Amino acid sequence: MFTEASNFVEGVDFAFKFIFGIAMFFLVGLTTVMIVFIIKYNRKKHPNAVQIPSNNTLEITWTAIPLALVLLMFYYGYVAFMPMRNPPKDAMIVKTTGRMWAWDFEYANGKHSQELVVPLKKPVRLNMTSKDVVHSLYIPSFRVKEDVVPGRQTVLWFIAEEEGTYEIFCTAYCGLGHSGMGSVVKVVSQKAFDKWFAEIPKPAAGAAQGLEIIKRNACTSCHSVDGSKLIGPSFKGLYNSKHVVISNGKEHEITADSAYVRTSVLEPDKDVVKGFNKGLMRSYKGTVSETDIKNIIEYFKSISR
Amino acid sequence: MPEPNVNNKQPSYLEFQGRFKGLAGWIFSTDHKRIGLLYLYAIMTFFLVGAILGVLMRIELISPGETIMKAQTYNGVFTLHGIIMIFLVVIPGLAAVFGNFFLPIMIGAKDVAFPRLNLLSWWIYFFGAVLAVMSQFVGNGPPDTGWTFYAPYSTQTGTNVVAAVTAAFVLGFSSILTGINFIVTIHRMRAPGMTWFRMPLFPWSLYATAWIQVLATPIIGITLLMVVAERVLRIGFFDPSLGGDPILYQHLFWIYSHPAVYIMILPAMGVITEIIPTFCRQKVYGYKAIALSSLAIAGVGYLVWGHHMFTSGMSVTARWIFSLLTFIVAVPSAIKVFNWIATMYKGSIDLQPPFLFALAFIFLFMIGGMTGLLLGSLAVNVQVHDTSFVVAHFHYIIFGGMGFAFFAGIHYWFPKMYGRMFNIKLANIGIAILFVGFNVLYFPLFVIGVQGMPRRYYDYLPQFHTGHFISTIGSFILAIGLIVMLYNLFYSARKGAIAPANPWGSQSLEWTIPSPPPVENFEEIPVITEDPYNYK
Repeated sequence: MFTEASNFVEGVDFAFKFIFGIAMFFLVGLTTVMIVFIIKYNRKKHPNAVQIPSNNTLEITWTAIPLALVLLMFYYGYVAFMPMRNPPKDAMIVKTTGRMWAWDFEYANGKHSQELVVPLKKPVRLNMTSKDVVHSLYIPSFRVKEDVVPGRQTVLWFIAEEEGTYEIFCTAYCGLGHSGMGSVVKVVSQKAFDKWFAEIPKPAAGAAQGLEIIKRNACTSCHSVDGSKLIGPSFKGLYNSKHVVISNGKEHEITADSAYVRTSVLEPDKDVVKGFNKGLMRSYKGTVSETDIKNIIEYFKSISR
Repeated sequence: MPEPNVNNKQPSYLEFQGRFKGLAGWIFSTDHKRIGLLYLYAIMTFFLVGAILGVLMRIELISPGETIMKAQTYNGVFTLHGIIMIFLVVIPGLAAVFGNFFLPIMIGAKDVAFPRLNLLSWWIYFFGAVLAVMSQFVGNGPPDTGWTFYAPYSTQTGTNVVAAVTAAFVLGFSSILTGINFIVTIHRMRAPGMTWFRMPLFPWSLYATAWIQVLATPIIGITLLMVVAERVLRIGFFDPSLGGDPILYQHLFWIYSHPAVYIMILPAMGVITEIIPTFCRQKVYGYKAIALSSLAIAGVGYLVWGHHMFTSGMSVTARWIFSLLTFIVAVPSAIKVFNWIATMYKGSIDLQPPFLFALAFIFLFMIGGMTGLLLGSLAVNVQVHDTSFVVAHFHYIIFGGMGFAFFAGIHYWFPKMYGRMFNIKLANIGIAILFVGFNVLYFPLFVIGVQGMPRRYYDYLPQFHTGHFISTIGSFILAIGLIVMLYNLFYSARKGAIAPANPWGSQSLEWTIPSPPPVENFEEIPVITEDPYNYK
C-alpha cells in the first residue's frame, strides 16, 4: 500500500493525506465541540437557554475559510492528476483489449499476453479499447485507473518504479464474470523484459492455434477445457457428441459437428444447449474469422477423442 | 411558547370518516396526512426488503468464493437492492412522508395546493413499485445491471431490463408531480403574515428539493426511454456497435442522478434543522444562511454530475472543471453543519431520542461529506473510484445522513402523527445499536477501498477478507438495531401512552394543534406575527 510502485503514487498519496488531514481536524474538532456543548448546556445544568443572535461576520468567516481550503484541496488533486493525462511521446505502447471477462495485451512486435509484462523505470502507455461493454483497468499499487470503452480508445500510462507483481482489477461492472476479470502487471528488469519480448512463440497451426484463439477471445471464461461446467458447456468431449438444444423454443437433438460449432460462434442464441441460458453470449461475427473457426474445430477434435 | 389549541372540535384525521370506509378510506383519501402515512408504510416495507437484500449480500461476502449464492444471483441482488433503496425508498423518502404530512401544517394551510394530484402521485408511485417488483418475476430473469443501468451492458444483457427501467420511468412522474405540488403550495398557501423569511426551514428545504425534482427528473425519464428504444428497436444511442456512445449515457444518467442525491439529502437537512432548535430551546443559528444554502446546494448541485465520470474517458477539461465545482458545492453543506452546532451553543439541551438521532446524523454526515472531498479530488478519485470506498461514502451520506434523519424525523413527529408516545428508553437503546452497527458495517469498506477492493465484486482476493468479515458482523448489529427501533414504533403506534399536543416544547406551528391533528389541521388559519423558532 505505501510503496512507491509507480511515478504517480507520491502525488496521489499526498493529495489523499492533505485532504484527509484537514478532514480529520474538522471531524475531531467539530465532534468535540458538539460533545462539550451537550454536556455543558445540558438542560439539567443549564435550564434556561441564552438566545444568541446570528452574526454575519461569523457566517462569512465560516464560508470563506472552507472555500479557501477546498480550493487548495482541488489544486493538489489537479496537479497530481494532470500528468496522468499526458503520456510522454517515447512511451512503450501496449495495445490493451478488454472483453467479458479477460484482458489481452498486444506488444509492438505482435506478441500477445494475458499478463501485462513491463520493464522497470520505462514509461508504458496502454492504448485501450473494449470489444463489448464498458470495463475499467485498475492497478491499485500504481494509483492508475481508466475506463475501457467500446467504440473508442482510452489511454492510461505509468512508469513502474519497483520490480514485482501487482494486481489488475476490472472496476466497471461488466456482468457475470466481473469479479474474475483480473490479471497482473509483472515489472521486470529491462534485460528480462527484452528477453521475454523477443520470445515469440512460433505461429502455431491447427489445434494449438485454436487453443490460442479461444484464450485470446476469453471463450475460456465461460467454457472450460477440462469438462467442468461453467457458464456455458465445456469444450472437452464436445466435438461430435450429441446434445439436446433449444431452437426457437423447441427442443431437438443435434450432433456438435463443424457446422454446429460455426453457428454457435456466429449466432450463439440460435441453438442453446438445454440447461444453459440464452442471451449471455454475444456473436463473434467479425471478431473470429473463418480460418480461426477451422482452427478452433481442430482444437475441439483434439480434446474430444 | 404558543398555547396549543386543544379545543378543536373536528375529529382527528385518523378517526375521520369520509366517503369510504376501512382501507378504501385511506387509499382514496386526498388528506395530505393520510397520504403521508401511505408513503410511510410503503417506504418502510420496501426499506425492509432492501435491508434484507443488503444483509444477504453481506453474508455472501463474509468470505471469498461462493458462500450462499451464485454470481448471477448476487448481481441480481445488488441490482434490486439499489433499485429499491434509491427509487422506492430514498428519492420519495422524507419529502413524500414528512413533506406531505407536515408541509401544509408548518405553513398554516389545510392541505397541499392540489390534493387530488397528490393522491395521483401516490398511485403512480404504487404502480411504479408494482412494476419494479414484477421485473423480478417476468421475462428472462431479474435485471443484473446495477441500479445505474450503464450502457451498453444494459442494452445487451439478456435479463429483464426493460421492466425495471420502465418502473423507474413511471416513478419519476410521481416525483415530478409531488415537486410541482409543493412548489405551488409554498408559493400560494402560506398563512397570512408568513413571509418567505418567516417560513420554517423544513419547508425551505422542501422548496429547494421540489425544484430539483421538477427540473432534473424529466432527464432520467427520457434517458431510460432511450435505453428501452435501444433494446427493443435497436436504435443506436449508446451502443457503439449501433453507432451510439456509451459515455453519452453516463452524462445523461448523472445529470439527473447526481441532483437526485440532493433530492434525498436536502429534506433530511431540513428535518435536522427543525429538531435541533426544539431540543436546545434556542433560535436556529444563521436562519438565512441555512435557508439560502439549501438553494445554493440545489443550484450548484446541478453542475457537478461529471464527478461520477473522472475515469470514464471524457475530456480532461471537463474533468477538472467538474472537480472544481464539486469542491465548491461542499461549502454550503459545511455552512449548515457550523450553524447546527452553533445553535447548541448556550442552549438548554434535552437529550431526547430525536436529538440523539440528529447528533448521529451530523457525525455520520460529516464523515460522508469529508470522504466526498477525497472522491472529488481528481488524483485521489483515480485510486478510489468504483471501489468499496465509494460504497462506504454514499452509504454514510444516504443511510447515515438521509436514513438517520428519517429515523430522527419519525421519532420527533411520532407523537403528533399518532397521538401516542414511544418508549424513550428502548428508543435510546435502538439508537446506540444502530450507531455502532452502522460504523462497524461501513467503516471497514473505506479501508479496503483505499487498498483497491473494487465494488460490485461477487468474489475477492484474500487480502480483503478481514475488512469484509468485520463489515458483515456490522450488518448483523445494524439489523438488530432496526428490529429494536421498529418494534418500539409499531408497538407504540397502537399501545403507547397518549401524547400531549406539544411533548417536546417546540415553537413550530405543527405543535399548536392537537395530537393527532384534526382533519383540517386548523380550526382557523393562524396569522403569523413572529419569526419561527422564537424561543425566549
